[in-house]
Amino acid sequence: MTDTPVLSVRNLVVEIQTRHAVLRPVDNVSFDIARGEILGVVGESGAGKSMTGNAVIGLLDRPAQIVSGEVYLNGRRIDTLSPSDMRKIRGTGIGMVFQDPLTSLNPLLTVGEQLIETMREHLPISQSEARERAVKALEEVGIPGARERIDSYPHAFSGGMRQRVVIALALCAEPSLVIADEPTTALDVSVQAQIITLLRRLCRDRGTAVMLVTHDMGVIAETADKVAVMYAGRTAELGPVREVLTRPRHPYTEGLMGSAPLASLGQTRLRQIPGNMPRLGALPQGCAFHPRCNRAQTACRRDLGPTLAADEGRAACWFPVGATETAKDIA
Amino acid sequence: MSRFTSAWQSDFAWKFRRSPVAIVSFLVLMTLVLGAVFAPLVAPYDPFDPGSLNLMNGFTPPMEPNMFSGEVFWLGTDDQGRDVFSTILFGMRISLFVGFAAVLFAMLLGVTLGLLAGYLGGWTETIIMRAADVQLTFPAILVAMLIFGIAKGITPVEYRDQMAIWVLIIAIGLSDWVQFARVVRGATLVEKNKEYVQAARLIGRSKGAIMLRHILPNVMSPVLVIATISLALAIIAEATLSFLGVGAPPTQPSLGTLIRIGQGFLFSGEWWILFFPAVTLLMLALSVNLLGDWLRDALNPRLK
Amino acid sequence: MIAFILRRVFQSVLVLLIVGLVAFAMFSFVGDPVENMLGQERTQADVDRLREQMGLDQPIVVQYWTFLGNAFQGNFGLSYRQGREVSQIIAERLPATLELAFVSGVFAMLFGIGFGVFTAIRRNGIGSNVIMTLSLVGVSLPTFLIGILLIWVFSVELDMLPSFGRGDTVDLGWWTTGFLTQSGLKALILPSITLGLYQMTLIMRLVRSEMLEVLRQDYIRFARARGLREKSVNFRHALKNTLVPVITVTGLQLGSIIAFAIITETVFQWPGVGLLFINAIQFVDIPVMAAYLMLISVMFVGINLIVDLLYFAIDPRLRVDGTKGH
Repeated sequence: MTDTPVLSVRNLVVEIQTRHAVLRPVDNVSFDIARGEILGVVGESGAGKSMTGNAVIGLLDRPAQIVSGEVYLNGRRIDTLSPSDMRKIRGTGIGMVFQDPLTSLNPLLTVGEQLIETMREHLPISQSEARERAVKALEEVGIPGARERIDSYPHAFSGGMRQRVVIALALCAEPSLVIADEPTTALDVSVQAQIITLLRRLCRDRGTAVMLVTHDMGVIAETADKVAVMYAGRTAELGPVREVLTRPRHPYTEGLMGSAPLASLGQTRLRQIPGNMPRLGALPQGCAFHPRCNRAQTACRRDLGPTLAADEGRAACWFPVGATETAKDIA
Repeated sequence: MSRFTSAWQSDFAWKFRRSPVAIVSFLVLMTLVLGAVFAPLVAPYDPFDPGSLNLMNGFTPPMEPNMFSGEVFWLGTDDQGRDVFSTILFGMRISLFVGFAAVLFAMLLGVTLGLLAGYLGGWTETIIMRAADVQLTFPAILVAMLIFGIAKGITPVEYRDQMAIWVLIIAIGLSDWVQFARVVRGATLVEKNKEYVQAARLIGRSKGAIMLRHILPNVMSPVLVIATISLALAIIAEATLSFLGVGAPPTQPSLGTLIRIGQGFLFSGEWWILFFPAVTLLMLALSVNLLGDWLRDALNPRLK
Repeated sequence: MIAFILRRVFQSVLVLLIVGLVAFAMFSFVGDPVENMLGQERTQADVDRLREQMGLDQPIVVQYWTFLGNAFQGNFGLSYRQGREVSQIIAERLPATLELAFVSGVFAMLFGIGFGVFTAIRRNGIGSNVIMTLSLVGVSLPTFLIGILLIWVFSVELDMLPSFGRGDTVDLGWWTTGFLTQSGLKALILPSITLGLYQMTLIMRLVRSEMLEVLRQDYIRFARARGLREKSVNFRHALKNTLVPVITVTGLQLGSIIAFAIITETVFQWPGVGLLFINAIQFVDIPVMAAYLMLISVMFVGINLIVDLLYFAIDPRLRVDGTKGH
């Protein structure tokens, strides 16, 4: 049983039915996250990263819905659960950290009220026990003077402190998976590193699996164990973070690396990928990346790239970078 | 070219043709207005000519004939034998006249004060807008009642009935200028810093000329929308005041007065004396309201 | 925060002074109070003596000051029409209006907030659409027609509820109440609905739009993501945030309920101050009109002030930073 990944996503497809067309913001995505492992999900905005996270936790907004694929949490299938069963999973099974700490907290409830409410919803504890644990939770995320500040309202905290509160809230019912959706994007650069370090430490200590959604390659490089690169709703590349970052195989990943100022990887010059990611309604035929790809050939214009399984180390590309044999043989 | 005329020429008419609600409202309103305007020609009886009345015809139900001429009273008669259809037509005349006149008065007052406040600024603006704020604290209908009461007190007793209609117009108009003033002031503040106004000032146009020729045409489209919505409110306000007995006098009954009279017969079973004036008032208010809503969407000026 | 409240109090006093000026002007310039009081057989000496007694020979500013002093003590002189103390007449009539306004206010709030939340949560349900359409018609109907319609259905056709008056009341000495008898309670139903319906639709539409706005917020998503129950998300998290703007409008609506009671009281011959005011206008009874005006103003201004204070109770952000008024 220890081998069962905390989260398994298999061939997940999310569709949005609009009046004119059916859009697929998430198309055939598969990945696993093991206990204590951090999976970084990168890509440009609109690539389907957040949508994947929302689909996993069951919070897709109405026109968007899961049309096929499976989601397993600790081996239990959750994408088919009833709304009320899914609600019970949220908080205890899966926690979530949102992007903007300024808007994630209810301004009219104290941080203590929000923590206690969440814990008592999921754990069989009394009000005073919950309060004790809330103080401890705040201490754990590094709020100084937690016992006094537990009765403060969110507006009394700075942005970085609020994100710590958000993390405490996401973790307070001891979920086995945390989805962190751009947790540092809205923060000052100076506190970004602190928050990422905190999140990583807490999850390592508790063995919580993390799905870290971000567009920041630097954050991935410092934090993640594994990385999934998404492009236009599909996984472009999936593998251990060091391998993917040092020897990217998908031309998109390579380009992405080129455009991220990664001091740790010895890159100094910024390269730009020509063009923009296509809109979902206007995907080109074949591989969605081919119009921007300098390696594109006839096959790329004709066929969708190979679909990546949850196994690691492959790029969804017919002609991967640095490969001796063609990817078609591997696929 | 002003925003309003350009909107009219480009797609205003097209938008109108595309909206069934607007077309139906417009047709209903036009029918009612024409009926009111040509009441002396359309109405089968003159309800104010004692010669044509006969108490023997009193309380005739709808579609029953006149005892003497045999002509059918379509909507029945009231206690004094007056043809309800005719009284409604003449009542509408009063209602619409008061409504239009009150809105016109409110518009003139509000637009003038709004222009002055916006363009001149300073003390003028402070006084006008403070007065507007204080008045806004109170519901318009209450203000109208109060003004009506005061004006009635000032009018000599023997002229009170004659003056009632004009007092009503002033009362409703005064209770409703604030909306106009606020919107016009806002629009004026925007317009006055535009280049064409600066240019007009540079070539030595007077303040009055700039306000009238340059700014006024450019603030007209929100004014038009407010005027339409105000018209519905004014018609309802007039009906309410007259219903309460502090509006149109019994000698010049408006729809509200007719409803007041009809309410007395509710328990004795002569429902038509109340019902038809009420329905007419409802159609009037509803059609103006819907038309106003549509107009706001079609012209889409920055209201609120 | 104290500075903010002081400023609001100052503004309120200013409004009251202006209204007082209007009321004073009514006394001074509408008709001649001396003539009104003395009647036909009077001598110049009588007139002069009364003028002096009433302080009418004083400078206008002094008269205004005296008037304000009297008004402050509830002294508005005698009613031209009834020849009795205005304050006494109003005191007799006030309980009827306040009870009516209270019941319709509660009705408007309960149903307004209830329907507002319902139509926001079930945004596309049939029930919501029916309620929204009905509310549109309700807004277009003049209040007095609603009252007549209710009388027609429930009093004339069904003969279930009384169409006029307060029913039996119980005299508590300084207050007469209709809450304690069955007929008193029955008499309250139709007028309360008539008076509250318009405010109810306003509150409902406001709650709905605010609620839809709040339900889109991140903290609502976050509350859902923490697995809180829908009930808790909708009511504890969303509704509470909706209430801040709702309280403003609702508070002001409660003020206009007292003013609109004039119409309802006339339709139902409800013996309150509104009916008194209408009769006063018909007979140009200036003291009653002025007293009513001052009374209503004090209530309005008082309600506005209470609404401002309620902000502080509900929104903790304001407690720290008092300058954020509206």
